[in-house]
Amino acid sequence: MADSYYNPADLRKFGKITEWSEEIGNKFFDYYGKVFEEGALSAREKSLIALAVAHVVKCPYCIDAYTKDGLQKGITKEEMMEAVHAGAAIESGATLVHGVQMMNKYNKLSM
Amino acid sequence: MEKSILPKKTKKPMQKSLKSRDNELAITNKQLEILNGGIFADGELPYFKDKINEIGHFPLRPNKLEILQINVGYMCNQVCEHCHVDAGPDRKEIMTRETMSQCLDIIRNTGAHTLDLTGGAPEMNPDFRWFVEEAAKAGIKDFIVRSNLTIIRANKKYHDLPDFFKKHNVHVISSMPHYTRGKTDKQRGDGVFDKSIKALQELNERGYGMPDSSLRLDLVYNPSGAYLPGDQMALEADFKKALKEDFDIQFHNLFAITNLPIARFLDYLIASENYEDYMYSLVEAYNPAAVENVMCTNTISISWDGWIYDCDFNQMLDLKVASKVKHIKDYNEDIINDRNIIISQHCYGCTAGAGSSCQGTVA
Repeated sequence: MADSYYNPADLRKFGKITEWSEEIGNKFFDYYGKVFEEGALSAREKSLIALAVAHVVKCPYCIDAYTKDGLQKGITKEEMMEAVHAGAAIESGATLVHGVQMMNKYNKLSM
Repeated sequence: MEKSILPKKTKKPMQKSLKSRDNELAITNKQLEILNGGIFADGELPYFKDKINEIGHFPLRPNKLEILQINVGYMCNQVCEHCHVDAGPDRKEIMTRETMSQCLDIIRNTGAHTLDLTGGAPEMNPDFRWFVEEAAKAGIKDFIVRSNLTIIRANKKYHDLPDFFKKHNVHVISSMPHYTRGKTDKQRGDGVFDKSIKALQELNERGYGMPDSSLRLDLVYNPSGAYLPGDQMALEADFKKALKEDFDIQFHNLFAITNLPIARFLDYLIASENYEDYMYSLVEAYNPAAVENVMCTNTISISWDGWIYDCDFNQMLDLKVASKVKHIKDYNEDIINDRNIIISQHCYGCTAGAGSSCQGTVA
């Protein structure tokens, strides 16, 4: 067993999850592959969305994977950082918008 | 407050070739040892030979010869970090006029439809213009010169190259790592981007790269780091849009080329601790369909001193063709074409994804 929860080399083994549950594993990878094809959104746009989400869900594997994917697609570091900010803004906004609930509750309980 | 938590990169002095630095990777056997050892010898990754054997392509054999690629010397005005030739101003290997004359005999009689001159910066060979003038008379269908663009702006004596290329209807293929200044200069050196833009504008002014123009101008993109090129068509669209909008530059096609793990790129991969990951990426992206049309099946490569190789990469690894005819003084196309192509693990670079060749993707 590795002595840490995250090992960068484990990313290469991602495909092996199908070995313990082939059918749904394959369905996932088919779906995953399809999602990132060119569509109404370009593969480039989807790569930036994936990078932003990777940061929000704080997945180190996904951050490695989509930084590399962005480089492969010619995405610049400025574009990557703006995508991370977009994710971060939504995440902090999601926290802050709950401030309204706090205000509502405060007002309801106060005379 | 400290602006960045990351270590600051100091500006690097102009690189020298591995050869002049006495780097051990300047010894080709050392490179082959690395490519054949480590993760491949351990059985972690399969040998290229075994991989192509699975689809009945071992030994790899040539198809019809289509492209004659001639390397007229390793001298270059640039010292790009990824260069598989280990080219630079300090390299003195230059094709002589005598060897060029032998090449001209071959060009006049070859069955190949394309002549592809490369280097180094081919223009730095003192007999380059004579060679182009003579070769252009041979009536070959597609006559390519791989020009690094900055050479056109490097010195007054090269300023007229765009006119010279036009006069001889040369097809210009030029490297351009990115459409932004930062990425280009990081890979190729400070100032390379601005000079390249200026050179492209001058080529456009002569009609090169314009829509419907017969003066062909193609760009070569290769990644500035330890990753594979993305989709060639998508990159071409991005390059076209950005270069047109920002600089009013046009070109015909973009070729996305994978960096092969040899010479300076191999040195970079090892020094940056990316070697294993990169080899994994190449093997994972292995595409059997790319094997069918891999460049060495329709190309031969001739070195500055007249030796014959399966490709420019094998030339840099000093792997001469496995044929009775190894040198142009004994040139015989039928004998050369009846050979087994020499392969090693660097070949995964040409079969990754959509495949990679000097003419871009192959699958």
